[in-house]
Amino acid sequence: MDASYDLLLNAILSGLLLGGFYAAVSIGVAISFGMLDIVNIAHPAFILLGSYAAFIGNTYFGLDPILAAVIALPFFYALGMAVYQVYYVAFERRDERSLSSAPRNDQSLRGLSFFFGLLFITEVGLVMIFGVDYRLVQASYIGEKYSLGPIQLPYRLLVPFIVSMVTVVGLQLFLSKTFVGRAIQAVAQDQLALRLMAANPVRIKRIAFGLSIATAALGGAILIIIQSVEPSVGREYIGRVFAICVLGGLGSFSGMVIAAMTLGVVETLTSTLFGPSWAPAVSFGVLLITLAVRPSGILGR
Amino acid sequence: MASSVASSAKFVLALIVAACAIFGVGRAIGNSYAFFLGYVVVQYIVLGTAWNILGGYTGYVNFGVTAFFAIGAYSTVALYKLIPAMPLPFMIVIGGAFAALVGLGTGYLTLRLRGVFFSIATLALAVVVQTLITNWDFVGGARGAYVLRPKLAPLMGGEYVQYLFVLMLGLCVIVLATARAIERSSLGYGFAAIRDDEAAAEAAGVPTLKLKLIATTLSGGFMGMAGAPLPYYVTYLDPTSGFNLNYAVNAIAMPLIGGTSSWVGPVLGAVLVGGLQEVLRVTISSAANVLVAGVLMVVFVIAAPRGIVGLFEGKRK
Amino acid sequence: MSALLQVESVGKRFGGFVALESIDLEVREGERLGLIGPNGSGKSTLVNCICGTLQNETGKVTFAGHPLDGLAAHERTRRGVARSFQLPRPFSSLSLVENVRIPILYTVNARKTGHIAHAAIDRRCRDLLGEVGLLAKADHLPRDLTQIEMRKLELARAMAAEPRLLIADEVMAGLSHAEVDEIIALLIRVNGQGVTVIMIEHIMRAVMEVSQRLAVLVAGRKIADGDPKEVVRNPEVVRAYLGE
Repeated sequence: MDASYDLLLNAILSGLLLGGFYAAVSIGVAISFGMLDIVNIAHPAFILLGSYAAFIGNTYFGLDPILAAVIALPFFYALGMAVYQVYYVAFERRDERSLSSAPRNDQSLRGLSFFFGLLFITEVGLVMIFGVDYRLVQASYIGEKYSLGPIQLPYRLLVPFIVSMVTVVGLQLFLSKTFVGRAIQAVAQDQLALRLMAANPVRIKRIAFGLSIATAALGGAILIIIQSVEPSVGREYIGRVFAICVLGGLGSFSGMVIAAMTLGVVETLTSTLFGPSWAPAVSFGVLLITLAVRPSGILGR
Repeated sequence: MASSVASSAKFVLALIVAACAIFGVGRAIGNSYAFFLGYVVVQYIVLGTAWNILGGYTGYVNFGVTAFFAIGAYSTVALYKLIPAMPLPFMIVIGGAFAALVGLGTGYLTLRLRGVFFSIATLALAVVVQTLITNWDFVGGARGAYVLRPKLAPLMGGEYVQYLFVLMLGLCVIVLATARAIERSSLGYGFAAIRDDEAAAEAAGVPTLKLKLIATTLSGGFMGMAGAPLPYYVTYLDPTSGFNLNYAVNAIAMPLIGGTSSWVGPVLGAVLVGGLQEVLRVTISSAANVLVAGVLMVVFVIAAPRGIVGLFEGKRK
Repeated sequence: MSALLQVESVGKRFGGFVALESIDLEVREGERLGLIGPNGSGKSTLVNCICGTLQNETGKVTFAGHPLDGLAAHERTRRGVARSFQLPRPFSSLSLVENVRIPILYTVNARKTGHIAHAAIDRRCRDLLGEVGLLAKADHLPRDLTQIEMRKLELARAMAAEPRLLIADEVMAGLSHAEVDEIIALLIRVNGQGVTVIMIEHIMRAVMEVSQRLAVLVAGRKIADGDPKEVVRNPEVVRAYLGE
């Protein structure tokens, strides 16, 4: 009885840690989908790109995976800005030009297909370069545990959790305290206010999308700390990431963190009770229930 | 009305004649490679047209192609284990029915919301169906399942792959005739209204939710039917191959490349991309042939949003 | 004459914002009602609640003796409530004829009686376009239309549903003087064919010319309702328009 209680407690705790990690994976989508209304379904592919960047830094240069991710940040930021520029020219601007004559659903069809294509190209590209073998990274803290009585917290989960929370808090501060950050939030809510602030919405959105992809570098690095990675792993995260963002209420970081931890706990309990191969189905269930019952998210009105 | 029935009948007749001619040529060549290749291309015509009924006509993007396709395939595996003697056409119908039901259910739960939520739900659906199948030992689970392919085709003689090819051609005739009939019926006008502006469609009396459900059900059902013969074609099916993302990318890329506004687009796209992939597979590498559909899709949605058909049509009127 | 449309204490909120606060409104069969109010006063929300684009939270809407509450927009259109949109929303991939064809297929031919034979639909579409002066562009796509032609297409599409009530939501905004006259004549002609008209408009000249009765919304409440000449002299209305 006691042992199973400990098992449950540990499952819940590692679920919370896992959820913290999910928050880092989802925060990019909370920015792109929640604030910019760009449905970047390729985000998990960028996360994997981040994992492989950390893998290269770690394996070939002996860097800590998180340090490698920090070095990769500017490149990911630039990549994000470039992707947004293409998206803007091909879809958003075309949309603006033909305001009332563009079929509405047709435009979103093409935008979504664009990102689906990117997802696929990235995945196949990674397969061509790295093959389908699982890759992992080395770091002193991987494999160690922090023990406190019956509680055992593996550093493999604890370090990503901390990195993730630092990222979330940092971005939250950036969004609320800086001019650009407030402009990004205005893009989400009110284009007019943005124009009054004399900010160019396209530039603001480019920066925001760059940031969203930059978070993928960190998310990818902590992903490869938590588990070994192969190119198609990203797909498992699509359902998760969007379930978290929808459940959290689009655009709200605090809602997203709560949703991420909820999902982390539910998934961990599911795999403890029914076996790990069932865990991927949890996010879909959560997503469907959210969409069917409460599309405005748990903290929504 | 009468003239549209007559024109549909003529169209079906023309399709059947074309299908017979294609099969006749294949028989004359008598090379089983030609049949294996032909099967893949025709399968993609079916898959692309099925996707287009929802995606192209109503503008709702289904990323969960593999879910529907694999439901068809795994329903065949299950039926094969339960009733090995069941003729394949029955299995195709049953597999299609399962997939259609899943389409209806997913649509019912998510189609009241903005279109992107439906797309996201279908992405997740693919992962979940894969999880379910991976955990279902009866159909082989993660290890996969073997299906014994008979040596000879029933009724018509020759290799079994010829039979598979004929079935897929028949399915293709049905799907294309359906797609064309939709385009010319009030259903097609309703779909187009939904694609252009849903609120305006409602105001014009179009029951948008009902029509969207019809589209997801038909589209899902046809994808399931396209997947049902797969176990006999590959003889060994495991979740990794049954849920291969290639199916989804091809099914979406081919209509987008060919043109989404009419049944011609997916056919053009499937023949061109399918042919190109085969050439690349033989000459360069299998990774390159996989990549080409994704790259072409991105290029086309950016540079030629109305596909090949749009390039030839030019500005309408 | 009995009430064709009856709106009883209809309310609607968006989050904390009260868009409509207990609106009562009655429209008699065959009349032309003007509905005015400053921007954000709830006019469009009221239209959306009548047409089913939005569902009202409180109160009820009755049309021709039947409650509309809970019905989807397309069901209300079938019962005879047609609208035009404030910003034109044509079906942009379809020609004008096809734009007008959709309400015929899905409204007129979805009713129990009054079907138009398949062979006659095209003729009917062209007649409808002819009535608003768009026959010459019947086979064009909406992107070839000018602003006023877009508004006319909106009206033709609404009329194609053979409604008993037509709600014209700011169909004249941004049009020239002569164009406004054209639309005024169009609305009066439509009304002459027995269609009840609710007109939402900012252009007072048009409002005064078309309306037989005038209702004023301010901040989600109806502050006046009656003879147009008296309503515009009502001090409360004057304050709402000129004050602040």
